[in-house]
Amino acid sequence: MKKYWRSLEELESVQKNEAIEPSIEFPTDGLSKDEIKNKYVSNRRDFLKLLGFSTAYAVAATSCQQPVRKAIPFLQRPADITPGVANHYATTLVTPDDYASVVVKVRDGRPIKIEGNKLSKITQGGTNARIQAAVLDLYDTARLQYPVKNGKETSWDKVDSEITKQLTDIAAKGQKIVIMSGTILSPSTKKLLEEFKAKYPTAEVVYLDPVSYSAMIDANEATFGKAGIPYYRFDKAKVIVGFNADFLGTWLSPVQFTADYAKTRDLTNGQTEISRHYQFETLMSLTGSNADYRQYIKPAQEKKLLIKLHNALAAKLGGTPVKELNCSYKIDKLVADLVANKGKSLVVSGTNDKSIQILVNAINNMLGNYGTTIDFTRETLLKQGRDSKLHEAFGAIKDGKVGAVIFYHANPVYVCPKGDKKAAIIKKVPLSIALTDKIDETAKHVNYVLPDNNFLESWSDAEPVTGMYSLGQPTINKLWNTRQAQESFMKWAGIEGGFYDYMKKYWMENILNRNTQTVEKANPKDDNKETAQETPAESQGIIDFTSGWTKALQDGVYEVEVTGEAPQFNASYLTENEAKITEFKKPKGLQLALYEKIGIGSGLMANNPWLQEMPDPITKATWDNYVTVAPKTAEEKGWKQEDVVKVKAGDVEVELPVLIQPGQDLTTIGIALGYGRTAAGPVADQVGGANAAIFITAKDGNRIFNGIPVEVTQTGKTYPLAQTQTHDTMEGRAEDIARETTLKEWQKDKHAGNHKHVFFKDKLEHVNLYKEGYHPEDYPGHHWGLAIDYNKCTGCSACIIACQVENNIAIVGKEQVRRRRNMHWLRIDRYYSTVENELYSDVKNNPEVFHQPVMCQHCDNAPCENVCPVAATPHTNEGLNSMAYNRCIGTRYCMNNCPYKVRRFNWFNFVEGGDYNYLFNDEVKRMVLNPDVVVRQRGVVEKCTLCVQRIQEGKLKAKTEGRELRDGEIEVACEQACPSGAIVFGDTNMADARIIKLFQDERSYGLLEELKTLPSVVYMTKVRNKDEEHKTEA
Amino acid sequence: MYKKEVRGELILGNKSYGDITNDILRSQEEKAPLWWWISFAVFFVLMAIGLGWAVPKTIMKGIGVWGNNNQVAWGWAIINFVWWIGIGHAGTAFSIFLLVFRQKWRTSINRAAEAMTVFAVLAAGLFPAIHVGRPWDEFFIFPYGPNSRGLWVNFNSPLLWDVFAIATYLTTSAIFWYIGMLPDFATIRDRSTGIKRTIFNAMSFGWVGKMSSWRKFEDALAILGGLAMPLVIAVHSIVSTDFSAGILPGWHETIFPPFFVVGAIFSGFSMVVTLMVLIRKAFKLDDYVTDDHFDAIARIITFVSLIMGSAYLIELFIAWYSANKFESYVFIDNYMFGHYSAPYWWMVIFNAFLPQLFWFKKIRRNLTAIFIITIGVNIGMWLERYNIVVPPAAEDFLPANWFEYAPTIIDKWVYLGTIGLFGVGVLLFIRFIPMMAMNELKQQAKRHTELKPTDIQYHAIKKLLNDE
Repeated sequence: MKKYWRSLEELESVQKNEAIEPSIEFPTDGLSKDEIKNKYVSNRRDFLKLLGFSTAYAVAATSCQQPVRKAIPFLQRPADITPGVANHYATTLVTPDDYASVVVKVRDGRPIKIEGNKLSKITQGGTNARIQAAVLDLYDTARLQYPVKNGKETSWDKVDSEITKQLTDIAAKGQKIVIMSGTILSPSTKKLLEEFKAKYPTAEVVYLDPVSYSAMIDANEATFGKAGIPYYRFDKAKVIVGFNADFLGTWLSPVQFTADYAKTRDLTNGQTEISRHYQFETLMSLTGSNADYRQYIKPAQEKKLLIKLHNALAAKLGGTPVKELNCSYKIDKLVADLVANKGKSLVVSGTNDKSIQILVNAINNMLGNYGTTIDFTRETLLKQGRDSKLHEAFGAIKDGKVGAVIFYHANPVYVCPKGDKKAAIIKKVPLSIALTDKIDETAKHVNYVLPDNNFLESWSDAEPVTGMYSLGQPTINKLWNTRQAQESFMKWAGIEGGFYDYMKKYWMENILNRNTQTVEKANPKDDNKETAQETPAESQGIIDFTSGWTKALQDGVYEVEVTGEAPQFNASYLTENEAKITEFKKPKGLQLALYEKIGIGSGLMANNPWLQEMPDPITKATWDNYVTVAPKTAEEKGWKQEDVVKVKAGDVEVELPVLIQPGQDLTTIGIALGYGRTAAGPVADQVGGANAAIFITAKDGNRIFNGIPVEVTQTGKTYPLAQTQTHDTMEGRAEDIARETTLKEWQKDKHAGNHKHVFFKDKLEHVNLYKEGYHPEDYPGHHWGLAIDYNKCTGCSACIIACQVENNIAIVGKEQVRRRRNMHWLRIDRYYSTVENELYSDVKNNPEVFHQPVMCQHCDNAPCENVCPVAATPHTNEGLNSMAYNRCIGTRYCMNNCPYKVRRFNWFNFVEGGDYNYLFNDEVKRMVLNPDVVVRQRGVVEKCTLCVQRIQEGKLKAKTEGRELRDGEIEVACEQACPSGAIVFGDTNMADARIIKLFQDERSYGLLEELKTLPSVVYMTKVRNKDEEHKTEA
Repeated sequence: MYKKEVRGELILGNKSYGDITNDILRSQEEKAPLWWWISFAVFFVLMAIGLGWAVPKTIMKGIGVWGNNNQVAWGWAIINFVWWIGIGHAGTAFSIFLLVFRQKWRTSINRAAEAMTVFAVLAAGLFPAIHVGRPWDEFFIFPYGPNSRGLWVNFNSPLLWDVFAIATYLTTSAIFWYIGMLPDFATIRDRSTGIKRTIFNAMSFGWVGKMSSWRKFEDALAILGGLAMPLVIAVHSIVSTDFSAGILPGWHETIFPPFFVVGAIFSGFSMVVTLMVLIRKAFKLDDYVTDDHFDAIARIITFVSLIMGSAYLIELFIAWYSANKFESYVFIDNYMFGHYSAPYWWMVIFNAFLPQLFWFKKIRRNLTAIFIITIGVNIGMWLERYNIVVPPAAEDFLPANWFEYAPTIIDKWVYLGTIGLFGVGVLLFIRFIPMMAMNELKQQAKRHTELKPTDIQYHAIKKLLNDE
């Protein structure tokens, strides 16, 4: 046979007649001789070894447990829940700081967003930052989750039997039962407490407002014989004069006042006049920052100034002048304006001093404002606390006359001075109960802490203004073992049933049966269909309680006509008490003025990270309180920003850093209330600052918040502050950034202050080398846009929080804010400018302020879009500048190239990142996230989307209903939240959209329009109501 | 057409081919000296901390560990990137421009310059890679087909051009560098035994020095050089478009492409000189890198410095002349008299004024002075990149946003890490690769007389001489 060979080796073996071993066909490296011998046949033992090992390995490898995420579908779907579709419920928010009628957005059983209720005549669909942020408090894990007795968990039944027994004993012994509460707005709760008093006759209700309005009540009692606060109508005023009253920010009912105020400043509705706003204040407040004329005054000078104004008006209008005090301020202009607008002006003061409030009443009376801008047929019931009663109550507790004290959302240990002494006397009361949401500073010292439901878990009603009711309903089942406080009172008073039944009965008997009711048309121009609608009671002629109740519950608000005479001003009181009212002591040295911050207020919501990280509208500082000092004062004293100073008054002192704040009085320092919480929760613990309430003093039995003499010394330490804006002037760019003019100029020329826009519109449209620009054919359907009216925007920052809630925007913490990595998609830039002004005594220290909300401008020629290498931020055919988070790799080129710097980068993994334990790292708090908006990973860029999820929702709704989208149907979050209606969203391709009118308004311009970015957001030139020529040096 | 009378001798000491080989290969055939080990250790530690701690920390935690913020979104990473890319220019620019212009004095320097290019571009390449927010998704930037992802990259973006430009430049430079080394590898192979011989045999692609190989070798170099020359211009022009295609005042400038290229050559040449000073001192290669060499480079640096100075003046003039308040703010209020005046004026001193000392022959031939001035240029060029990246972004259109930038310790260590990488690379290079192109040196060794030019050149030169 012929033999073929492939290699010499093979030939050799062929010649040797050997067969080639098949085994060497495979490499044998790494095998033992045995194994080679065995020719790799594994035996049974090997098999078992292998089996054992692989099983053990598999078990070990899989034993690293994956986190279990439950997504359980409904077995039986509740009738009113469609997964993915939100329900909205009207309810009412009442805290000692705020009142609002709101609509709560509930997704799959979880409240995720609070919006203003447009049917409310008081809040008028507006909200403020705190109201927006309140939804997170529902999910606050620092809330007390079960009833506690002396620090140990107990049961409700036990609590009820023990407390009822003790209360009965105490009442029998004739010892007092003090119920200390924040102002109660709920008429049914008031009724309930009456019944409670009937059961326990020694019971007494005392209101403790964190910030006192007691002097106003005293003054009104003295001069009108009616102990209450009237209903203010800023919308009817042509001249508004504020004395230390931050009515747009924190005073009394800021949401209502902002809405009303904005109406008087509106130039888009055909009106050609706007109100004139004078502000005299010690510190720079949000309200002062919006004033046409603002002058800083020493706290003590307020009285002098009011007397001067009073006497000047008395001379012109006929009145009795009082003893004049020496006052150097020029007020001729103010007097002339007030006289010219008699009956159409409003003077308010926020100082809790009876004499001052009496003077204010006298001035308003002389000006004939009662009956026009001040309606005393109605009362504003938001603040009813009387400091004298509070003082009595504490006196009684101290004297051991009180057998039981019940703190119902009252925290005197924190909000009152000498808190530790109060704590000591509270401890001595035999029975002490706190009905509150967490073991706060006061609740720490009581026997029983009984957690109240969050307002989103409760039934409630409120009467913030006489005859204007609102209803609240739960939007989620109780999260924990809490109980609504009213039900506790019912249990102890021996009333059966739940509070819902009680409240319903109360409404049936007392509110909805008033068949004389009509709905007052507050504003004849206001053609809001809903408010003009007849109530069911009217239309049916009979009282149909169920439908009336359902309607009221659905609307959230209900109004009845108020009958009765307004009380008459008793002018003789002033002359009789002239000596006391005009009493004046010249203060010496530095004075302290305490104030509330827009976000933090009295500190109730200190554990809310959204509010802590919200930049203060004026100082732009976050996460801290500080001593505000005027620049000149700081220079004189040698203090620098962030130097820690010791502020001492008597035996109390705090150490706080200095923040230099232009525009405030030179002899006064300011400290915000609401900080230094020690028992509010983990977020509050991370907040710096100190409790300033310890400085509160008293005068005429009323708590005094300003003009407190203090000694300030430098400690040599420094403390970092986190501000979101550190450059305050416009570097001479006012006409490119923030355009403004005066009313007179605007009346002469509608383009006043905005001539640059005319230039760009007429000239630059045609000077273009390239085809770039706006091409209508690119946007065949919608083209979304936003118009922002500076005349209405007050800078209140409600939109910042609304945006944050709606869009799941991360909280980054103080350190990252300090490094300018805050994530807010919408920010408000605040600029100071120096203006020459006949009223101003000191130009340098009295700047004018400009608030400018800036969000993504959705440029049609966007600089950010073309630089992204991965095309992660393209333009949609609806004019939106969109972000594809999944595509973004984070080169941050777009951030650099955005002239508005509105893009935000996820510098760290704020979601589930260990270091950022504020919001997203808590299972419960995460429930607040909006499921329509992606939570962003680290390393991606994000920014305002114009609430694209809302646009999509609105479009889908119109589509399923087979109709065209209506103007105003889609509301973006910032627009919804805005109490003044400064933000309008719409489709610029829709023929009769509101926004078209605003885009075509002569005041409108695009921010940095000379860059030809073609923004879809327009700003409307600010018109200040000043007489003199407009000269601004920014 | 090298003229000894004009330039002096390129290689001193009347070296034979063998002398050249011995001199150049001494650095690798002898035991490494102590200074080598010490500096290697220093650079290695820098590299280890930078690339082993700072870079992983950035990737694990996020860009937040750097000093960047919402206002200044790019910081040291981009500064260093541009700076290294600029240095990376030197090799190719040096080697290729001088090759094309037939400046034969390049031969003793070009190898080191090319090696430096490769290491500098590697160091530069690290920054874009770690500077993105999500490095694990970085492949999105490569246009590997719309079918796989249903999406193309954005060809409008200068960052994408960067990717192409740098990748091409790195590849071309590396090939150019490597091919130039083939005959030298063969030389090493011939002098060594054992495993080293095998390795160098492979590395030399079996070079045997055939005439046809030499021809192909020269052709390949010429072709690659021709290809690389526009790339040298392109790569930094494109890097400059990262800024000039932006909208920020201080970035949006038409002068940027040439300005960047010149700046890159400036820093690259300076870095080459810095290194050559050290190499000459360390290995006593005074015969190969003569004072004449430094003199020639110093003249170029002086000339480039004048261009830089003019560019600075033009920027200032345009900022004023344009009457654009944003632009004039950046240049006049910010650079000249503002927050950033210190880095600006140091930059001007280092880049525009200090190199003017080279007008003096004494300084051109003083190694210490040369060393200081070229180090100064590199500091100045770093400051220039700082001035471009940070101030325009920190203080742009809306003053409410303005915020300063400060690097963190991580930023600094990443930078030091790349310096370590570069240093380690260069030290390995001088130990394992012939640091001068021996084959090219040998071509120059005996050329002490005028070469015979081609006919055309001959006539041209003759005409020139006659005219004079």
